[in-house]
This record gives sequence, C-alpha cells and structure tokens, in this order.
Amino acid sequence: MARQRPLSPHLQVYRLPLPAIMSISHRMTGIILSSGTLMLTLYLVALANGPESFALAQKVIAHPIGMLVLFGYSVALFYHGCNGVRHLFWDALIGLNIPAIYKSGQVVLVLAIVLTAGLWGLIFSAV
Amino acid sequence: MAQFSLPENSKVKKGNHHALGEGGGRIKTFNIYRWSPEDDENPRIDSYEIDLDDCGPMVLDALIKIKNEMDSGLTFRRSCREGICGSCSMNIDGGNTLACLKSIEDVKGEVNIYPLPHMLVVKDLVPDLTHAYAQLTSVEPWLKTETPEPKGRERKQSPEERDALDGLWECVLCFSCTTSCPSYWWNGDRYLGPAVLLQAYRWIADSRDEFTGERLDALEDPFRLYRCHTIMNCAKTCPKGLNPGKAIGEIKKLMVQRQG
Repeated sequence: MARQRPLSPHLQVYRLPLPAIMSISHRMTGIILSSGTLMLTLYLVALANGPESFALAQKVIAHPIGMLVLFGYSVALFYHGCNGVRHLFWDALIGLNIPAIYKSGQVVLVLAIVLTAGLWGLIFSAV
Repeated sequence: MAQFSLPENSKVKKGNHHALGEGGGRIKTFNIYRWSPEDDENPRIDSYEIDLDDCGPMVLDALIKIKNEMDSGLTFRRSCREGICGSCSMNIDGGNTLACLKSIEDVKGEVNIYPLPHMLVVKDLVPDLTHAYAQLTSVEPWLKTETPEPKGRERKQSPEERDALDGLWECVLCFSCTTSCPSYWWNGDRYLGPAVLLQAYRWIADSRDEFTGERLDALEDPFRLYRCHTIMNCAKTCPKGLNPGKAIGEIKKLMVQRQG
C-alpha cells in the first residue's frame, strides 16, 4: 500500500526574486498602514478629549519609541504609495515585463528612501 | 489559510552521500530530493559527486549520468532533452526551470534539485500534475467555433492576427511558472495559475475563436483569475522566456473593457 504523498518544499527552497520580495513587502506595509490609521485615530480622539490627554499623546509621540513607530509608519507609507503607483501602471499593462519590473522596482525603493529622508529632514529642521 | 511550513510527513531529512571514487577533474556536488512511496521514510536529500569533465553541460545530463552510473533508482521525467517537451521541469538552484535547458556552469557552488514546489510528489523529482492538467482542460484549450467551416480551405488569419499569438503558443506546459507562484501555492485548489491562464488567453486572443465571451465568463471569478497579484515569479522563471503575468493582465483588461 503506497503511503500518502509528501508535499514538495516551496518557501523553504524557492529563492524569491526582488519583485516577489517587493510584492510581499507591499502587502506587509499595507497591513502596517491600516494599523497606523488606527493610531492616527487615537491621536485625534486624544485631541478631542481635551488638553490633558492631548499632552499625553504628544508625550508618547515625542518618546524615542514613539518616534521610531512614526518613522516605520512613514517608511511604510512612502513604500506602499510608490509601489501602488507601480501596480497601477501594471494594471494598464505598462512596464509588465521582467527588465522593466526590475527597473521600476529600483525606482520605487530609491523614491521611498528619498521621500522618507526628506520628510524626516523637514521634521528635524522644524524642531 | 496558507500553511507556510511543510506537513510532518513532508519534512526533508539528510540522506546518503555518493562520493566520486578515484577523483580528478572538476567535481560538482548535486543535492537531490528523494522520496519513495515504497518505504516508510520521509523525503531526504541525497548528494552525488560528478566529474564535470566526464559529463554533458546541462543539469539533465548530470541527472541521466547519476541514474546510469551511480543510482539507478533516481526517478525523474525527461524526453526530448532540448526544451520542447516540457517534461524535465524541476526546481534547480532555487528557481523552476527545465533541467535540459539549465547549464550546470550557471549554478554557483553545489546544485540543489527539488521537484516543482508545493506539489504532491509521486516519486523523487516527479510531481503529481493531475490537478494542473484538469485545470488546463477546464479552459477548453482548443479552437471553438459556431460558423460553418469554410469549404476547401482553413479559417484564415491576417499576419497581424497571427502575430497576436506570439509569446503564447510557445508554452510547453512544463508548469514551472504555475509552481513558482506563491498565490498558486496557497490557493492552487481554485486559482488556475499562470500556465493555464496563459493558455486561456492564447484562445481568447485567437482571431478565429468565436467563444471569447464565454471564455471570459468562465474566468470571471475571484479565485480562478483574480488570485494573480502580479508577483511575477512566473515570467521570471519561465524557461521559454514567456510572460504569463502579462497574459493574465490582458485578460483582466478585457474584463474591464467589456464592462463598457
């Protein structure tokens, strides 16, 4: 009697190319953004709730850990935004071939880094 | 829900090492996935040392050499040995391709060989393609017409209409793309996958076919078509250099266009 067939290895052995890694990153940053929106809501609730709670919210954000969370949120925002535009082009069948996909992927990565750095440059120069 | 780890009976163990006796020449080690339905063991990785000076240039040459000279039990599919039959598709060095088209020289270090990913294994490097073939049949990959056949001649196509099929007809149905697709790994029971959708589009794009609307109707489904998230592993891995992801994009575009 033959035994139950095994499932061949997949994630364990497949070397994911850059576009695949960027694809799963798009999904992960999307999840981060949805939870980030929840944090933004909390911030607004604190604002509506009066000066004391708003002061507390400000303190949380100014804390190094709060800053780090904000920084992560901004990275996710810029990456997801730029990559989302890339997906829009693909929906219109523009740049949907392997060389173009690598090129646009690099553009998205550079843009996300530049925009994040720009935003935080602005924030720190304003403080 | 997708299961990212392998089930208990599928976990891969370390296997046997087949050293090259009297060495010389350029030695390359091939680590090959083995599983037999005839004993009670988990899959294992056997390794084989090959003298490249005494072996053909392609991974398939090495596999045939191992089967002929070192381990006659090693099981894999192959036929044409020149990229036309699509039989020897497998996972080599972390990507899916045809063993006959993959040069050994292109692999740095040891050569790791597995069956096509996330498939049930019949034996060693032979995956069970029953489900994939049934999915192919479901898109009715043949010319469908209502009008009577023209007398004394074939149904004609302009050169431009014929050109629309380039990049589609070349597919040899090796399923390298389908089994490279994470979306197919997690939803392959209902998602048709890149190879089958490329075939579906091959007939949608054919000017002689008269069932385009019905073909699109059959694909208008959250799973059959729309599990494609443009991860694009399919185009990256296709040993024939085709672009199934783009064919899927064309189908999606037609779906939107016919909404008017």
